[in-house]
Amino acid sequence: MENDVIFIDIEKRMLTANGPMNLAVHTTIPSGELVALFGESGAGKTTLLRILAGLIIPDRGLIKFGSTVWFDSEKLINITPQNRNISLMFQDYALFPNMTVEQNIQFAQPRKDPPVVNELLSLFGLAEFRKRKPTGLSGGQKQRVALARALARKPQLLLLDEPLSALDAEMRIALQDEITQAHQLLGVTTIMVSHDLNEVFRLATQVLCIENGSVTRTGKPEEVFSDNSISGKVQITGQIARIEKQDTVNIVTVISGNNQIIKVIAFDSDLENLKIGDRVMVFSKAFNPIITRLK
Amino acid sequence: MDAQFAQTLWLTLKLAVSTTVILIVIGLPFAWWLAYTKVKIKPLIEALVSMPMVLPPSVIGYYMLVIYSPRNWFGEWLGRVFDVRLAFSFEGVLIASVIFSLPFMIQPLHNGLRALPDSLREASYTLGKSKTITFFRVLLPNIKPSIITAVALTFAHSIGEFGIVLMVGGNMPGETRVASIAIYDEVQALNFEAANRYALILFLVSLVLLTTIYSINKKYDTWKMM
Repeated sequence: MENDVIFIDIEKRMLTANGPMNLAVHTTIPSGELVALFGESGAGKTTLLRILAGLIIPDRGLIKFGSTVWFDSEKLINITPQNRNISLMFQDYALFPNMTVEQNIQFAQPRKDPPVVNELLSLFGLAEFRKRKPTGLSGGQKQRVALARALARKPQLLLLDEPLSALDAEMRIALQDEITQAHQLLGVTTIMVSHDLNEVFRLATQVLCIENGSVTRTGKPEEVFSDNSISGKVQITGQIARIEKQDTVNIVTVISGNNQIIKVIAFDSDLENLKIGDRVMVFSKAFNPIITRLK
Repeated sequence: MDAQFAQTLWLTLKLAVSTTVILIVIGLPFAWWLAYTKVKIKPLIEALVSMPMVLPPSVIGYYMLVIYSPRNWFGEWLGRVFDVRLAFSFEGVLIASVIFSLPFMIQPLHNGLRALPDSLREASYTLGKSKTITFFRVLLPNIKPSIITAVALTFAHSIGEFGIVLMVGGNMPGETRVASIAIYDEVQALNFEAANRYALILFLVSLVLLTTIYSINKKYDTWKMM
């Protein structure tokens, strides 16, 4: 499995809403992982995903999947998307409107294999919708069809572009579990674009943080998003939602990765570098946390 | 008289069907290329395709006659090698009609393809499907209303073509005398009853065709909403 490491060293000039930007990524992705590309919108996450898919050609560089060269600007090699054996799940799902759910999945197979289609249909709870066209499906069902179709190809690499962004919170959690399940079941290396911290924590085994076109941090989510120099007993990461001033202290409301609301008291001096929207960690080391089963 | 009437209608139909069939075969790949090409001269090509919609038929007809003329190298070459003379022949009119109806075929197809989300095409490519398979199994089935519109408009436009046929083909019974020309000819001869018969047929055929397009497109719109 060692040789299935994806080697990426590319540069691409991009035009973003904030003007031109240079996407320069040098990194490796180990096989079998579920990697999240995490960052603000416009940071270059989707562009990197599309470069891996072969839909965007980098200005220069090298991409290798194991020992196979996918792109090499010096040797003028650029393997087409068709020949990379990947699946890309699009943000808008890109289901083919002329085909039924079953036909969409079947289309992705290199050779017709009805038992596998049936397996995927039941795995994703789609058996009863098999004869329906995509227009007759809900957002969550479309997402499931898109995921099933992406897997029907038996890809070496599964690319997911903000797979859950179009869904409401409840549906999101249900489908996060399905993505994890699919990843564990098939063991396919998966790269997922996300700007949702919650999603990254629940799903990813590795995180690549992308800021302004370059990878700033990599590692396991808990390593990347928490500061190891802090020897806290309880660490919760989240986002500042509100800062209220009360007499001499401030009450800071933090919404954690799994949508829990935490209120923390902070002095003015603690808030010097903090503002609403910042990603923060709440930690405590002065007491022993008590664990109890949820009803 | 009646034999001539039937012959004229038959010729009109033959010209419209041949034009439409040729334009489907040329138009589908051409519209596909035009929709996704990144060549710099694309605006020029689009302008050239649309020229017949803005130019008077006499202008295109004039150029066609110049090209067909045995004094021109192309006309001379056709005559010498293939013994073909295009001016005032059915084939000459057919070529002119194909060029003149080109925008009516290309524009609906081009618009239909451009209106599809890029992700459909990209999804098919990333699923390992070639450009050809993507074209026939993903793109074409999803622009059915555009295809129907393009075919019906081209057909209706070819049936109604007048100026270019007159310029390039003249008024030769059985060769280039189509219904629209016959109407003009009969009116010139003060033969209003015959003119009326041709006119009524052209009117009805066009009305039926366009009504069919609109009702089919309406049905597709309702499907999309469901």
